[in-house]
Amino acid sequence: MTTIHIDGRDCQTRSDINLLQACLEAEANLPYFCWHPELGSVGACRQCAVKQFSGPEDTKGRIVMACMTPVSENAIISIDDPEARDFRAGVIEWMMVNHPHDCPVCEEGGECHLQDMTVMTGHNTRRYRFTKRTHRNQDLGPLVKHEMNRCIACYRCVRFYRDYAGGDDLAAFASHDNVYFGRAEDGTLQNAFSGNLVEICPTGVFTDKPFSASYTRKWDMRGAPSVCVHCAVGCNTIVNAREETLRRVLNRYNTDINRYVLCDRGRFGHGFVNAPTRIRTPLRAIDGQQVPVPMADALTTFARMAAKGRIAGIASPRAALETCFSLHALVGPEHFSTGQTQQEQGCTELAHTLLTRHPGALPTLHEMESADAVLVLGEDVCATAPRLGLSLRQSVRQASFHTADNARVPRWMDAAVRTLGSECPSTLHVLTPAPTDLDSVAAETFRATPDDIARLGFAIAHEIDPSAPPVTDLTPDDAARAARIAQALKAARKPLVVSGMQYGSPALMQAAASIAAALARATSAASLSLVLPECNSMGLAMMGGLPLETVMERARAGEISTLVIVENDLTRHLDPTDVAELVAAVPNIVVLDHTMTPLCQHASLVLPIAAFSECSGTLVSQEGRAQRFFQAVFPPAPIQAGWRWIQALARSLDPSTLPITGLIDWRDLDDVLATLATAFPDLAPAVMAAPEADYRIHGEKLRSQTYRASGRTVIRSFISVRDQPPPASPDTPFSSSMEGAYEPDMPGALVPFYQTPAWNSVQALNRFQSEIGGPMRGGPSGIRLLSPAENQNTEAQPYPYATDIPAPYVPQADTVLVLPDTRLFGSEELSMFSPPIMARSSAPTLGLPASATGSDRMVLHLEDGPHDLPVEPVPGLPEGTVLCPTHRVARAFRFPRMARLEGLTDGGERP
Amino acid sequence: MFNTLRTLFLTALHAFHRRATVQYPEQQPYLPPRYRGRIILSRDPDGEERCVACNLCAVACPVDCISLQKTETDGRWRPEYFRINFSRCIFCGFCEEACPTYAIQLTPDFEMGEYARPNLVYEKEDLLISGTGKYPDYSFYNVTGIPIPGKERGASERERPPIDLHSLLP
Repeated sequence: MTTIHIDGRDCQTRSDINLLQACLEAEANLPYFCWHPELGSVGACRQCAVKQFSGPEDTKGRIVMACMTPVSENAIISIDDPEARDFRAGVIEWMMVNHPHDCPVCEEGGECHLQDMTVMTGHNTRRYRFTKRTHRNQDLGPLVKHEMNRCIACYRCVRFYRDYAGGDDLAAFASHDNVYFGRAEDGTLQNAFSGNLVEICPTGVFTDKPFSASYTRKWDMRGAPSVCVHCAVGCNTIVNAREETLRRVLNRYNTDINRYVLCDRGRFGHGFVNAPTRIRTPLRAIDGQQVPVPMADALTTFARMAAKGRIAGIASPRAALETCFSLHALVGPEHFSTGQTQQEQGCTELAHTLLTRHPGALPTLHEMESADAVLVLGEDVCATAPRLGLSLRQSVRQASFHTADNARVPRWMDAAVRTLGSECPSTLHVLTPAPTDLDSVAAETFRATPDDIARLGFAIAHEIDPSAPPVTDLTPDDAARAARIAQALKAARKPLVVSGMQYGSPALMQAAASIAAALARATSAASLSLVLPECNSMGLAMMGGLPLETVMERARAGEISTLVIVENDLTRHLDPTDVAELVAAVPNIVVLDHTMTPLCQHASLVLPIAAFSECSGTLVSQEGRAQRFFQAVFPPAPIQAGWRWIQALARSLDPSTLPITGLIDWRDLDDVLATLATAFPDLAPAVMAAPEADYRIHGEKLRSQTYRASGRTVIRSFISVRDQPPPASPDTPFSSSMEGAYEPDMPGALVPFYQTPAWNSVQALNRFQSEIGGPMRGGPSGIRLLSPAENQNTEAQPYPYATDIPAPYVPQADTVLVLPDTRLFGSEELSMFSPPIMARSSAPTLGLPASATGSDRMVLHLEDGPHDLPVEPVPGLPEGTVLCPTHRVARAFRFPRMARLEGLTDGGERP
Repeated sequence: MFNTLRTLFLTALHAFHRRATVQYPEQQPYLPPRYRGRIILSRDPDGEERCVACNLCAVACPVDCISLQKTETDGRWRPEYFRINFSRCIFCGFCEEACPTYAIQLTPDFEMGEYARPNLVYEKEDLLISGTGKYPDYSFYNVTGIPIPGKERGASERERPPIDLHSLLP
């Protein structure tokens, strides 16, 4: 700790930061633009000028840029010094010279960092009488809107987009007063993190295009802390709602996971909530037509169905823990299915087992950023867990940080560290069947089939720890490669192995776990991370249940008379013939979902349940972190949380038939979680993922609206002029109105929006952190359910290495191995109901090895029939394989799958 | 006794004073143009709606009786709906002060009595007038840097034509 003196005030601060950070941590109001906690300092905007004095006798002092000056012991600085003040006022006046007169029609207005900083410096009158420079805008695609006139040339956008996120299609053009940030020509921003420009840009140059279509000012929106449902990483988000519709999703800082950045699928994938595909009333099949019916009618129908025989339940890895558990309680453990096929369930359960058994560390995303050697084993993380991919991209910078430390350059000195880093070798090894976005920063990439990669993985594990089983008949090339990678991993202080179930290959995950365990023999920092497909895959793996195949068997045997399917589109898991067979074998199918999926047409009863923004619940991310999402929207009557619907169904039954009687007595979410904790001790800590509904600050609920939310007495006056009480939210500690407590040290899991006096933009986050870039003042959000195991990989207690090493893949003469082509936009189920993501997804194509592309189109014969698809050459794709977009060619994509490919030319493809 | 008579005299004298009571409604009082009465939405000199749905009137309103939703056509922002609940309005004029485009204005009309409260909820079609109100010449889109049909980028007041990025000239 160091002491510095800010305007005569003694402040304790850290010694490895700059003066700007120190001032902000000391809660001083010092304006800045180009500095960003995640991007470091470049000193481009000259806004954070302060006066530094060389000692107590120094009365003159000198102006320094706070962001470029390291904290030193007993530094004396002044923010309020008149000269520094004039300097800052002058800078902002120059910046505003060309600023257009358009705040009223700017989406950033009201949460604009430039507005805040202009007010903070006191610039309120325009003295410049001459003409303003203008720019033409570009069409940057369906996600981001461009308005270059508002630019103040802080360079944050290109620094984020190019340096941090690895994009290459946004750049700075022209010079001096004309400097322009955009693409070389109009077109969609290609990077998976382009949406973050909206939050990174301190003014309104880049704004959220889908949000602009249903725009509301920040102060008018209700906020609720939430968790992204579009992959298993579990990024924290804030959902904003107005007039009971979801308006946008923002990043919510979680020091361990997503920090300042969210991927585009998470930011723009929420559109399914307001899409026309939403189910809003119960539907009952009458004479083959689904007719809207009242809730009471739906429940009596269900009671009639249930009286006829056995009820079975199918849950879903995209449903919240509470919903899955209430179904579990309704049908009993012996009739509860996880809604996954044998293979999917096997893989998720294996991932859970491997993680609990891992003798080293189970890293958070933030910890992955500081890994100094990374091996990606058969998983395109940039498509399946995009935010994790970004963390791996940051890990490549570790070498440059060490070089900078040696050269005594502070790590936040961004330009200098990046210059040093350009000569540091990368430590990322990517072994995947198809090219990934990480290839450009990888030290080594290797393309092979999943089985061959798993073999290589086992060979690496054997190289590191000879007690791991060896791989026989490895080619000399592969043996050398294994030795090389093993050497790199062994040399590292914090090695990391990442794999996943994208290719449905248990061997890949086994190999990854073996490598990580072998490394753990030398260092306990050896980390393992496994990517799962859905937002609650891990929660369901910990809960357990029957696979879909067992349900099919029982249905065929006529043992099931009513099947309750919750938030699961079985057509994505089962082939059309299987779905048809299931529908024919089960007399009554009840589907509970928020979106009209293709499965709903087969249902005799469809019940509308709340989407993630309309109810509260808990999700368990792939790293075993239980996190709560909260209700922001209060939907009209028949729509209610999944567990409340299931409770209503249970109440319509004879209580003596229920396996757990507690189900009908639950009053709020905490009751559900309490029962869950007793039924599943492994999941018990999930209760503490966030404070309970009776949590109060100073005896008050927490407000979910800003103190200046408008329109309270008029917003529904076209229905009735009588004021209604704000909607009650029994499951959360939030009041749905502007009344209640809100303060920077509220619990991290309960921050509904970021705003503090004088800081209205997302930069207000600085005030909520105990130190900038560090943990939240109010404590962490979520709780880890998986703790690093006590079992260690030692001589005395060796790690149980997997021994079932697959045989090498041999290309077949008549068939090809169909590999899933998981895409950032297009593969995930819910985001594909969101219009901006639909616009962003490209048409399905068939990826073939570059040598095998004979014709423009080819026919792939899958089990559900032939598919005629355009062909795209994929460089490096192993011989005898094709890449087929998941769920878009065949809706149910099961793998590994061999298929016949027609239209092949001779040679090339075949050995 | 004298006092009583004096009081009677003074009271009677009022019969010959000028009358303060106005025969309303037959006789209409003069109200200055800046009187704070019924709220209207005005139009640009070229006849387009002035309101750009910036929400500043709504946030300035101390009784929260204004609500609106932004929509956009050809780069021009406008309210999809604009609703004022006059049964709550206190005619403080904060909305007019907050308005950056002179769209919302208070007028010298106060005759808004209704028997049923729902009739005091005014929608955009009830509020929008066809004139410019108190500011005949102002047009927000002439000043702002946003292009609209008929006004190219860089053609607003005090703007230079857009930069040619391919030019190498300083």
